[in-house]
Amino acid sequence: MELFTNQVLAGIATGAIYACMALAVVMIYQAIDHLNFAQGEMAMFSTFISWQLMQWGVSYWAAFIITLAFSFVAGIAIERILFKPLAKAPVLTNVAGFIALFAIINSSAGLIWDFTIKQYPTPFGSSPFLGSQLISTHQAGMIGVTVLLLLGLYFFFQYTRIGLAMRAAASVPESARLVGINTSWMIALGWGMATAIGAIAGMLIAPVVFLEPNMMGGVLIYGFAAAVLGGLTSPFGAVVGGFLVGVFENLAGTYIPGVGNELKLPIALALIISVLVVKPAGLFGRQIVKRV
Amino acid sequence: MTTLLNVKDLRAYYGQVQALHGLSFSLNEGSLVTLLGANGAGKTTTLRAICNMVRSTGAIEFDGKPLNNRSTENIVRFGIAHVPQGRGTFTTMTVEENLQLGAITRKDSAGIVSDIERMYAHFPVLKQRHTQQAGTLSGGEQQMLAVARALMLRPRLMLLDEPSFGLAPLVVRDLFGILGKINREDKVSILVVEQNAQLALELADQAYVIETGRIVMSGNAKDIANNEEIRKSYLGY
Repeated sequence: MELFTNQVLAGIATGAIYACMALAVVMIYQAIDHLNFAQGEMAMFSTFISWQLMQWGVSYWAAFIITLAFSFVAGIAIERILFKPLAKAPVLTNVAGFIALFAIINSSAGLIWDFTIKQYPTPFGSSPFLGSQLISTHQAGMIGVTVLLLLGLYFFFQYTRIGLAMRAAASVPESARLVGINTSWMIALGWGMATAIGAIAGMLIAPVVFLEPNMMGGVLIYGFAAAVLGGLTSPFGAVVGGFLVGVFENLAGTYIPGVGNELKLPIALALIISVLVVKPAGLFGRQIVKRV
Repeated sequence: MTTLLNVKDLRAYYGQVQALHGLSFSLNEGSLVTLLGANGAGKTTTLRAICNMVRSTGAIEFDGKPLNNRSTENIVRFGIAHVPQGRGTFTTMTVEENLQLGAITRKDSAGIVSDIERMYAHFPVLKQRHTQQAGTLSGGEQQMLAVARALMLRPRLMLLDEPSFGLAPLVVRDLFGILGKINREDKVSILVVEQNAQLALELADQAYVIETGRIVMSGNAKDIANNEEIRKSYLGY
């Protein structure tokens, strides 16, 4: 039983990271109808920025805040420079844009900080949390920061005017413009926020997976899986999907004989495909009805 | 009476296809004007051109200021509220959020709160359903919501694109009654595009008839309604 609780809690902790990545993916998907393949690389680059700041002697939380601000601005810049001009381009053009962005960021990080694996600090320590062997303080910290982030986002989108405007711009762009919302900037703002959310995920997972230019590859696949599982049209679903994928991945690795660490990823993805066969829009996604 | 909206030689294009061929008309402050015409005559395009949602040339002046080359979202800030064809409801949001979105460019939060109450007084059904997702409303209720959303801007001019479309005759009567009241009491000028010519002519002060992107007839709404020849050849009733 203790092993089970332990695996569930650890799953929730990594699930929190998947939830953040899924949320970032969904925010951009809702704004521009494309999956951002470079989301993980953007998060990795942000994490390197925070690491560099700490190398220069900036304290953890100061580096954390500066990195968030940097990521927010960088996300807006990427949208303005690369994806705003592609807004009316065909899907494949956008896909090429994302792949280019992926390669550029990955190689730049390798060039600047090289590909060797680096230790990344945790501000929470890694002792047992509240004297319990079930979960470490860093895992508890991962969950705590994510929960705070999700609450903050919920209040932002539900109770602020700018949050309302962003939701409107994502759901019916033409009507949003007709009430005076600058939808183009709302998309840019969405990119900024998604990039900052990704940065949080990167900084929280870095002590676990270690810092290197390819650190987010696996994490992003789980993030995509979580987003698709929860439904790409539902931020809430993406978050739930993240936690579900995290927990399931851990339980499958522990309890299904022969799975272990190596087969965790395919098993998790197989589960997701089974769900999608039954519910193609994802667990919480809206079925899009189009008139023909 | 001062001219609020003045449109001169308006030409609009969808890609290579020209939809409006030099259309001119004007609307006086406080009046209710209707654009009539058959399907494909260019009524919707005219409204879309005013809000710069379609490529156009010619002069569009609102209150003496040119609207050309301004973005749709900036034109709204002049006090022009556009209720598009199909109502443009934010279907996944609540009724109240739809109303708040109508006032998203306004800064006076106290005024917005009291205006929402005013809309609930105009349209009691919206109050009953204020926490409901707007997509669950009936067609007539959604049209009420679209009008209320437009009014939340406190517009000087409201553009309505076929408000009667898809509604039961009784609901249309109701709606047009409300539009007349808004025009008289709230002093909102209204430009309404309609296929239901009979009803629109009862309501309007002034009417223009469009055919294939040109104005072919204009005048006092009563005169047009009483002229059997025009009715038969252009309005089909």
